[in-house]
Amino acid sequence: MKVGVTIAALFATGLAGSVSAQTELSLWYHGAGSANAEEALVNQLVEEFNANQSDWKVVIETFPQLAYNDAVGAAALAGELPDILDVDGPVMPNWAWANYMQPLGIDEAKLEGYLPGPIGRWNGEVYSVGLWDAAVALSTRRSTLEKYGIRVPTLDAPWSLDEFNGALEAIAASGDFEYPLDLGMAWKGEWYPYAFSPFLQSFGGDIVDRSTYQSAEGALNGDEAIAFGEWWQGLFENGHVPGTSQDAADRETGLLDGKYAMSWNGNWAALPVVEAFGDDALFLPAPDFGNGSKIGAASWQFGISATSEHPEGARAFIEFALQDRWFAAFSDGTGLIPSTASAAADTVNYAPGGPLEVFYGLSEAQALVRPVTPGYIVQAKVFEKALSDIANGADVADTLDAAVDEINEDIDSNGGYGH
Amino acid sequence: MALVTPDNSGLRLFTRYAVLVLVAVIFIFPLLFMAMSSLKPDQQLLADTNSLRAFLPVGDLSFNNYTDAFARAPIGVFVFNSVVITGVTVVLTLFVCSLAAFSFVFLDWKGRDVVFSILLATLIVPYETIFIPLLLMASQLPWIGAEGLEIGWLNTYRVQIIPFIADGLSIFLFVQYFKDLPRELIEASRVEGASWWTIYRKVVMPLSGPVIATAAILKFLFMYNQYLWPLMVVQAEEIRPVMIGLGYFTDQLNVPWGEVMAYLTIITVPVLAFYLSLQRVFIASVASTGVKG
Repeated sequence: MKVGVTIAALFATGLAGSVSAQTELSLWYHGAGSANAEEALVNQLVEEFNANQSDWKVVIETFPQLAYNDAVGAAALAGELPDILDVDGPVMPNWAWANYMQPLGIDEAKLEGYLPGPIGRWNGEVYSVGLWDAAVALSTRRSTLEKYGIRVPTLDAPWSLDEFNGALEAIAASGDFEYPLDLGMAWKGEWYPYAFSPFLQSFGGDIVDRSTYQSAEGALNGDEAIAFGEWWQGLFENGHVPGTSQDAADRETGLLDGKYAMSWNGNWAALPVVEAFGDDALFLPAPDFGNGSKIGAASWQFGISATSEHPEGARAFIEFALQDRWFAAFSDGTGLIPSTASAAADTVNYAPGGPLEVFYGLSEAQALVRPVTPGYIVQAKVFEKALSDIANGADVADTLDAAVDEINEDIDSNGGYGH
Repeated sequence: MALVTPDNSGLRLFTRYAVLVLVAVIFIFPLLFMAMSSLKPDQQLLADTNSLRAFLPVGDLSFNNYTDAFARAPIGVFVFNSVVITGVTVVLTLFVCSLAAFSFVFLDWKGRDVVFSILLATLIVPYETIFIPLLLMASQLPWIGAEGLEIGWLNTYRVQIIPFIADGLSIFLFVQYFKDLPRELIEASRVEGASWWTIYRKVVMPLSGPVIATAAILKFLFMYNQYLWPLMVVQAEEIRPVMIGLGYFTDQLNVPWGEVMAYLTIITVPVLAFYLSLQRVFIASVASTGVKG
């Protein structure tokens, strides 16, 4: 009798176990150690997904951002990729091309109304989607512009090149500030292509020729690019911006401390400006240097690894994350821009009348994703070095020619990167 | 012939100590900067770098950076992992490499010189150049553990330890040291009927303090500073070492320098403690072998 009861109990336990068993999905996330609320929100998202259905259980592993991309590369080599990958937007084409990722396979109708930045496309397919984006603007004070008789630009009527240069000269001539403009030269790495390549694109150049992605010739060293390079160098030569050795502390608080009249900075740094200047705070669109105002786009996104044995589970998780309530929660927690207008309406900062509403408009109207090519990760570093060298006095045409050669050699040695 | 008088011998002594103090100050400045900076808020820390204040405990001092650093990353876990990984590797390296060196110096076997030459050749191959094939091998290696046969060593302590136990440099150091030991001792022991194992254990190793200290310190530093290998083979936070932990303190744009300095101060303590505990024998070894740490 006892044996019968035991067998029945074991059977029942096993049955119950099989009914409630969730298949494990691994998720790698880049934000270990991040001081903001992002990591907590990702954990909350995972917990809610796990609790809301019975098929899948997402297990998260967090990495420090500094090590994340290298860790993914090594894991791909060893065949140890997770099911769900967190990927920086401009890096995604490289991972897709290198077979680290597979297309998301979600209905694109669900992505209607999204800002352009959070959707990661490669070879005509969506590989990744983000819950947020970021935007850059010229932060300043209305009173500063009024004092020097400078027109307040708008999205519809941004500053032209001449107006922008005139504004810098007027402020510089006053001697009221250490520098008229802070570009954030204390920041390195991805900041350069993210924040500065839109200037080049507004001049009419680019990091690479986007029509073929097979060469940077003409794009990065054509007349427009040289005009950009000379203007860029002039900013430093004329003392309009701090150089590449800018103090990191000044970058953080120089605008608030009155050292700089304007600061080229992201929405993530905007709230302290609002708090410090109140109604006097202004976030201005990028100047139009001849080919429309441009700002960078695309932030971190979720995608499915090429080796995932459960892409349907990974897809289910990503679709669960693509809800306005999560966009709004992440935006409220981190200050980033939600991916849709409907989510923005539910946020503290980006709702109509909110202190950062202008950034949603900037993102919607001016955002241009960085070159969508696997070679971008090399091109970004070449671009950074070229701009840094030019800022420090290198010959503009020679530097850009050398950058073009380096980019073209890389494209050639990688067989054109699959375009 | 110059005479050494009490006067000029005192001057020489003073000069010697002055130079030594100057050198000591130069070497201690980075540590001092790190420790002092760990007590200052970021703004003050960066501002102080323009003056000698960077090396002084002045201004708004607190342990806030330490509190924040512990809140940001599981520092205790990282330090524990590094100490375990490094400690186990050092002990096993000393044992395996000294045994290998003993064999090269005292045992007569066919092909010994060829094998030793090959071993020496490995000294010029940087680890970084073999990491990718090593990674592929490690991902396919079998292991019999508590759960039976497993394939793949990734994400374990052993993958951070075993590949680094045997190394050419440690064997070379032991070989050079063993060669200088008096042969008579070994021969007398053999005449007395001692086995090779007994000679290794009771004659050779007790006389090898300086080289043991040197090999231990070099291996300790190499293992404790490992970054690339654990980055490639370890994904789980609970087995990450300290150098990977440093990445927790940087993101794309901002670096909390005070917390970085606090973290560096904490993870420097085991290194200093280990070095100071072996300092005397290490210096004796440097003096006798000319090996630099």
